[in-house]
Amino acid sequence: MDGLKKILGIVWILLALVVLYFGLTVMGIPKLTSGKQEDLVFGIIIVFILLPIVSGGLGVFGYYALSGDYSEEKL
Amino acid sequence: MSDSHHEHYENLSDKQKNRTIWSVIMASSLGTLIEWYDFYIFGSLAVVLATKFFPADNPTAAFLSTLATFAAGFVVRPFGALFFGRLGDLIGRKYTFLVTLLIMGFSTFLIGCIPSYETIGFMAPVLVLILRLLQGLALGGEYGGAATYVAEYAQPHRRGYWTSWIQTTATAGLFISLIVILITKTSLSAEEFDTWGWRVPFWISILMVVVSYFIRKNMKESPLFAKAKSEGKTSTNPLKESFGNRFNFKFVLLALFGAAMGQGVIWYTGQFYAMSFMQKVMNIDTTQVDSLMALALFLGTPFFVFFGWLSDKVGRKAVMMTGMLVAILAYRPIYSAMFNSIDIAKKEVAAGGITESRTVKVHDKVATDSLITFHKEIAYTDGTLLKKDSIVHWSAAGPVMKDGKAEEPKVSKSIKISDDTKWYLVLLVFIQVIFVTMVYGPIAAFLVEMFPVRIRYTSMSLPYHIGNGVFGGLLPAVATYLVTTGKDAGHAGWYLEGLWYPIGVAAVCLVIGLVYIKNKNQNIHD
Repeated sequence: MDGLKKILGIVWILLALVVLYFGLTVMGIPKLTSGKQEDLVFGIIIVFILLPIVSGGLGVFGYYALSGDYSEEKL
Repeated sequence: MSDSHHEHYENLSDKQKNRTIWSVIMASSLGTLIEWYDFYIFGSLAVVLATKFFPADNPTAAFLSTLATFAAGFVVRPFGALFFGRLGDLIGRKYTFLVTLLIMGFSTFLIGCIPSYETIGFMAPVLVLILRLLQGLALGGEYGGAATYVAEYAQPHRRGYWTSWIQTTATAGLFISLIVILITKTSLSAEEFDTWGWRVPFWISILMVVVSYFIRKNMKESPLFAKAKSEGKTSTNPLKESFGNRFNFKFVLLALFGAAMGQGVIWYTGQFYAMSFMQKVMNIDTTQVDSLMALALFLGTPFFVFFGWLSDKVGRKAVMMTGMLVAILAYRPIYSAMFNSIDIAKKEVAAGGITESRTVKVHDKVATDSLITFHKEIAYTDGTLLKKDSIVHWSAAGPVMKDGKAEEPKVSKSIKISDDTKWYLVLLVFIQVIFVTMVYGPIAAFLVEMFPVRIRYTSMSLPYHIGNGVFGGLLPAVATYLVTTGKDAGHAGWYLEGLWYPIGVAAVCLVIGLVYIKNKNQNIHD
């Protein structure tokens, strides 16, 4: 199980990068540059709040998993 | 004194402890329920509030409206979790969630007192925004306090059961907000409700807050926190200890990605997306949607307690992960069945069931123009009634032109469903509420058990409010985007596209939860 946890750590890091890429290109930047005020608020929230939490958090989670912080003996 | 309170509590018999904990639950749940009620009343009355405070034709007011909608949930709630969580770990649970109750209650009451935009201009939306942000701040601090407080009173083998009462409050708060609005609407004429009646649900809050305040004021500090404080074991810097310490921070991340984010999207899908889907995608009459939602929530609420109790027997992880799995598998079939339940093309029109009328009124803003409404009603043999309005803007010179073409009429559709369909939809929403109760019922005990007493309030509040407020709160916007994109692209099942967001988030959460979380419930006394 500890091996699986470590391998999945790589998956979470990759997923964090995918979310960051699509979050910025599909939702974040188009909203920020649409020129509509309601989109601007939404864009700011996506780029400056949601993506750091999702991508940053998931990336750190993946890194911890890869480092063995979630192995049976450390939980 | 604090230590003697802990010793006194520990020496009580199980029967006496049960009696104490009932009073603890009553006091905590009532306050938390009021806070949820206050938070939802704003959302439930958003359409009326928009006309009173945020006129759509004024871009700055519309901007403030968007800010109020998003900021309260996304930014201020997690910030409230940090701010009040820290206070709760420093000075105690009891005083902290007494403060959050008062902030929420007064903010809600004051929203009901603010003069409209027409009376005081820009001050109106600005004041509403400030009070809405205060609501978000208070909500961020309330839940963690109530859950921690109850859990620290509960016997270890019944913690899931006792904390599940706190878990009923969010749904009960939504239910009561819908009922209060329904009663107010039906007791007043449409004009009275629009003029002043919408303020009543906000004013009612203050009565409930006063009662709850006096009940909570007489409660004692949680025995575990009191003991830790008397032994000098409380944290001096809970934020640093929770998020700056790698050992604790890894549990915060695990709580967020392995439980709270999946719970957040399932909670929002079952309770809010279902409502918005019936109103906006299926075009069902809003009063009917409110009443059938209220019924499904009422029937589903006891299951929070059932699954909380079950989590004491079989483990929190087993119950929550099963809930997530069945929700992931069942969402698309359920929403497909909901959508197809009102397939007008398959219904038979009743004899003489079609009526049409035309009304003309002068345009509100251009006195020389008219608005012509073509109203059509079609009654079907099973009792379904379709109402359709097409509003055409007509100037003195003929139809108003836009980009060289006659402006498109504004079409609105509303379907009054038959009783059979209504009960069928109640069942389908009820099933979704059951998924909510499976993931949400045990989560307070689960989060509390993950962190030590000295940083519990801070550490559990943040993942909960990010999971619920950010991942869950984002659902309507992302789902609408996916539905619109699917519809524009001509997908056959466009109305199901919005479900990919909760399904995707819950699936990731399920895998993380299954692989990384232990099934054995923790002992928070250790």
